[in-house]
Amino acid sequence: MAEPGPKPPHPDTLAVHAGQSSDPATGARAVPIYQTASYTLPDTDTAAALFNMETPGHVYSRLSNPTVSVFEERMAALEDGVGAIATASGQAALHLALVTLMGQGGHVVASASLYGGSHNLLAYTLPRFGVATTFVPCGDLDRWRAAIRPETRLLFGESVGNPSVDVLDIPAVASLANENRIPLLVDATVTTPALGRPFEQGAHLVLHSATKFLSGHGIVIGGVLVDGGRFDWLASGKFPTLTEPYEGFHGMVFAEESTSTAFLLRARREGLRDFGACMAPMTAFHILQGLETLPLRMARHIATTHRIVEYLAAHPAVERVHHPGVASHPGHALAKKLYPRGASAILAFELKGGRDAGGKFIEALTLFSHLANIGDAKSLVIHPATTTHFRMDDAALAAAGITPGTVRLSIGLEHPDDLIEDLARALKASQR
Amino acid sequence: MNFIVQGYPAFAYTGGRPFDVALPAIVFVHGAALDHSVWQWQSRYFAHHGFSVAAVDLPGHGRSPGAARATIGEYAQWVVGLLDAAGVQRARLVGHSMGSLVTLEAALRHRERVERLALVGAAAPMPVGAAFMQAAREDSPAGFDMETLWGHARLAQLAASPVPGVALVGASRQLNARSRAGVQHADLQACNGYRVAPEALADLAVPTLVLAGRRDQMTGFKAGETLAAQIPGAKLVALDAGHSMMSEAPREVLRALREFLS
Repeated sequence: MAEPGPKPPHPDTLAVHAGQSSDPATGARAVPIYQTASYTLPDTDTAAALFNMETPGHVYSRLSNPTVSVFEERMAALEDGVGAIATASGQAALHLALVTLMGQGGHVVASASLYGGSHNLLAYTLPRFGVATTFVPCGDLDRWRAAIRPETRLLFGESVGNPSVDVLDIPAVASLANENRIPLLVDATVTTPALGRPFEQGAHLVLHSATKFLSGHGIVIGGVLVDGGRFDWLASGKFPTLTEPYEGFHGMVFAEESTSTAFLLRARREGLRDFGACMAPMTAFHILQGLETLPLRMARHIATTHRIVEYLAAHPAVERVHHPGVASHPGHALAKKLYPRGASAILAFELKGGRDAGGKFIEALTLFSHLANIGDAKSLVIHPATTTHFRMDDAALAAAGITPGTVRLSIGLEHPDDLIEDLARALKASQR
Repeated sequence: MNFIVQGYPAFAYTGGRPFDVALPAIVFVHGAALDHSVWQWQSRYFAHHGFSVAAVDLPGHGRSPGAARATIGEYAQWVVGLLDAAGVQRARLVGHSMGSLVTLEAALRHRERVERLALVGAAAPMPVGAAFMQAAREDSPAGFDMETLWGHARLAQLAASPVPGVALVGASRQLNARSRAGVQHADLQACNGYRVAPEALADLAVPTLVLAGRRDQMTGFKAGETLAAQIPGAKLVALDAGHSMMSEAPREVLRALREFLS
């Protein structure tokens, strides 16, 4: 047996350092905020070389920016990818992935357990542009397989679904993707690289809403699309955007230009250039501040969540708790295997008394904030059926694992005893 | 584009321009278990600045079919075969790591075909440690970890990348991981088995540039210095980079090559 090779730095170290050297101009140790739209071109030859991708560098902040690049490279290192593109939001990251891979006539197979915003884009908006999606139950591999058509160009799911907390069997869906020579894109917003790395489990592309745990403090909107560099676009033969000359960039064949970063090249040189949903440098700075403590925060989020899951599961006012930590949850065994450090600081539960009880419960909480977000340092609560998922009919809600009485919690960094006290009071109020 | 070399198709990236035999030619040769794309930030520039460029995929690598070769000499013959196939009488040869040995050997055997020679991350001999060789023999992922992590400056993944948004170590690791089974081992054996007599180097009447990284963990800076000292008239340029200097210091490598090749 070969001796193990040299190891890259641990995630805790990458979270603090990856992608950044002390500022070459000033020696600044923290990441400087390069608040600039554009960059001086030293001479005409260099300018032409930069524009023609003969030499790397920054040209215009829609395409790249030094502060944003630190965030991109740090995420790529944390995910063990080949690179990343930061976007204006998580939605922009999903859109960027889709438009880089397909155009009119393209088809996506997606897990039904999706964030409401992703569902909107796929179910209602993209069909208008000729891209169709078939939604399948997260854990039903036969349905995934049956939904794949000759024109399918992407499989898509959330590592842990929001708000159903379904666990995606990434290795199984990834092998289905490989069989069909199409990539698997995983939205890993809920798990983050601190709990699991989708590329190691077989995924090909990863996206995050960086608004959530990555930034961790509920202060910015941002997204990121990470390329695993593991998909063979040429062998697939299904992705002319990457393997055939692109008229929009001097006939460049992206898979020829860079074997392992072809997807990123096209996404940046076309998707960011033309759709323009880039990240602002100040946003990248805020997210980077959060990223430094990601492994610490996730450990605390998870530990507190497990206490709360236990508390709620034993409470007489609670019908059912949806969390992979509960033995009866369909993703319990899978979560143990894929996320040994814990799978989710998001949980959902059904209150006895349905919609009315749900309303009373939310209004009686004082420490939990009632708002549409997850992954904040502050604990959050929402009623999906009337907010994030209100466009769905009952059947679609059920497919996404939501009932009219479902309440979703995102567990923050407060002391667990204080959170449990708040929940206890509100649960009591809900049953009056 | 594809050439036919030794009876097999051979892929070479031409830098986004057609290969024109009327222009001076540069052939770029990659290292062990890699492909043409390691020259991304040099090849395209030269193709747009008056040269015809062929950044090759050696046989058994990238898009070139066939088997990896067992010796540096066989790879060197293949490169000369590529010159024949492309209709090029004399070319500038640029090689990295194993590719530096391939281009050096091609120049030693066929100096009339070589206008100039640039050796990047070079050492002759190029011994390969037992643990690295064993991992490659077993096609173990550890072999790719070793090539990638030793193939960059120490803790390179913590530093800012010169290519915005690209994690150089990760990109290099995945390029390695794409190599076909047995290729890394064949290449490392070819490197390990290569010997060149000091008299042969002393006789090499080809203008030569040696680009050596001060933070090179694979072919140490001293090895580059020694090689440059053995080739009469060879120019040594030191870069603040690790072994994968074409991506770790793309602008500096381009500047040095531009001054030397133009």
